[in-house]
Amino acid sequence: MSFEPFNALTSRTVVLRQENIDTDQIIPARFLTTTSKEGLGESVFFDWRYEDDGKPRNSSIFNGYNPDTHKILVAGSNFGCGSSREHAPWALYGFGFRAVISSDIADIFKSNALKNGLLAIEVDPKTHASLLNNPGAEIEIDLERQVVALSVWEKAHFDIEPFARQCLMNGVDQLGHLQNKLAEIEAYEAACA
Amino acid sequence: MTRNNSSPQSLFDKLWEQHVAVPETADAPAVLYIDLHLVHEVTSPQAFSVLDEQGLKVRRPDRTIATLDHSTPTLPANENGDLPYATPDAKAQVETLIANCEKHGIQLLNLGDPRRGIVHVIGPELGLTQPGKTIVCGDSHTSTHGAFGALAFGIGTTEVGHVLATQSVLQRKPKSMRVIFDGALQEGVSAKDMALAMIAEIGADGGQGYAIEFAGEAVKALSMEGRMTLCNMSIEAGARFGMVAPDELTFEWVKDREFAPKGDSWHEALMRWRTLPTEDGAAFDKQVRINAGAIRPMITYGVSPDAAAPVTAHAPKPRTSAEQHAVDYMQFEPDQPFTKAEVNRVFIGSCTNSRLSDLRDAAAIMRGRRVKEGVVTLVVPGSEAVKRAAEAEGLHDVFRAAGAEWREPGCSMCIAMNGDAGAPGELVVSTSNRNFIGRQGKGVRTVLASPATAAASAIEGRIADPRPYVNEMKESA
Repeated sequence: MSFEPFNALTSRTVVLRQENIDTDQIIPARFLTTTSKEGLGESVFFDWRYEDDGKPRNSSIFNGYNPDTHKILVAGSNFGCGSSREHAPWALYGFGFRAVISSDIADIFKSNALKNGLLAIEVDPKTHASLLNNPGAEIEIDLERQVVALSVWEKAHFDIEPFARQCLMNGVDQLGHLQNKLAEIEAYEAACA
Repeated sequence: MTRNNSSPQSLFDKLWEQHVAVPETADAPAVLYIDLHLVHEVTSPQAFSVLDEQGLKVRRPDRTIATLDHSTPTLPANENGDLPYATPDAKAQVETLIANCEKHGIQLLNLGDPRRGIVHVIGPELGLTQPGKTIVCGDSHTSTHGAFGALAFGIGTTEVGHVLATQSVLQRKPKSMRVIFDGALQEGVSAKDMALAMIAEIGADGGQGYAIEFAGEAVKALSMEGRMTLCNMSIEAGARFGMVAPDELTFEWVKDREFAPKGDSWHEALMRWRTLPTEDGAAFDKQVRINAGAIRPMITYGVSPDAAAPVTAHAPKPRTSAEQHAVDYMQFEPDQPFTKAEVNRVFIGSCTNSRLSDLRDAAAIMRGRRVKEGVVTLVVPGSEAVKRAAEAEGLHDVFRAAGAEWREPGCSMCIAMNGDAGAPGELVVSTSNRNFIGRQGKGVRTVLASPATAAASAIEGRIADPRPYVNEMKESA
């Protein structure tokens, strides 16, 4: 799956207030038997979106949600914990999300997301609370300046690993970088042999 | 790699320093060299596809080994030799890994291979897992291998591709945390209980951004299996890395196994491994002390592994909406004793607790007893080798006589991808590692526990304290 370069994004938020949303919720394990990355967007939060009989769940926050206008997911702390399945960011991206914001994002999920065009960022508790309390708000994320703007007067800086940021802004996978280091990798192997 | 400073180093510092092929800078993470890459069917197909699309080869097939565990049935083949796969997709996924291994010259411990099993069970069993190694796998419970004093961590599928193509991953060095378990465990309390007590203490995100070293008297006293259980659960505290300093017990475990160094290489390896443990005065970013003697058999009562309490406790009153949500899902009433909760199903298995010692713990309680009428009890060994060893001791007969099912090795009801799942509403006492909503099947309520607690719960048909059984065995011995 290739992804679009990420620079700035202005969009509305979808808010999931729960803490500890694990990757089993983001995409249940029964959807992991695929051998491709395509089509996983349909399975995102499947058990939250659909009743057991397959009908859309009336209470689901995803009902009536427009992926063209709501590209930012805001979630409670420890988002993406649990299984290392990269299917989770593939599914979120496939569904239309381009950014995930929380106070605290699980390590492997964050790493997987940033490699797949899905900006996963952690903001300070005050900004996080503002976002959680204003579902559907239009916000702006500027990756170049590392700023998330809730409004003209309410802005917050976020940290992001610089290399992941560069790759995201250029829409490139990190494999090329590693391949450019093959001579050093070989030298390391020779020294350890 | 030589050291360029003289301050005391931790095990983690040494493992990290010894594997940096290209140091990290402000602009880019370190290139970390990987000694062993374990591959399974679920998180690898898309990585192999990327290799194929870019015309790349697996750079070091000799450092790569694959097995089948997540999507494989635990029921035996029919008379035609066909396995009862959950879905055609599950079968296709298994076949995809077989084809990818053939194409790229990767050794596969295939179905029918006496060495096949859960990836984190067979690594140590075969002597692939060794002190001082960097080990990765597209599976978060790769932290298990840290029990041997290895730097072992779970990676995503993109990174699986990176390792296949370059034998390296891009990583920034995490912070370090030491969790010290002081004192000795009480009778009937196991490594699983230590893990759950630790996660309850520091929280499901308490290890976020840290590499954890487990230390202290109670860790030192654990068997290798117990250390693996403890390191396995590191990820449930948010840490990707868990490790224990290697000692004579570690070396004894590795010695003479199939992939262990032999002869002169063994002695050289021993010399190297003995330099690994944390030196006195080494710095950690954070330190946590836990009184091991105060730990009781533990269970989880919520939908995150940090919602854990002693089996003898009562359900708490929810304080937050998240806790309310969890308790509503789990159907525990405030102040209800956990031991009053009726159990529908018991699962003994998973990379956390499917080793021979785990099965012995469970069998010791089930021996001469019957599982409560109606409680479906699955015992799933972690590997073909565990299965053979258990059968040699007659453990399978103990389980069967008690009314439990004895299955073929695999991940089974830990992730419920292979068709082994509970029914909606069922309460399952499970020796696996995750009590997430729907993890063991839609609507299933999962209670995590040790093998002894799971076995006692199967017998009583309620969440049960294993200590009376353990004490009875001790008295009659």
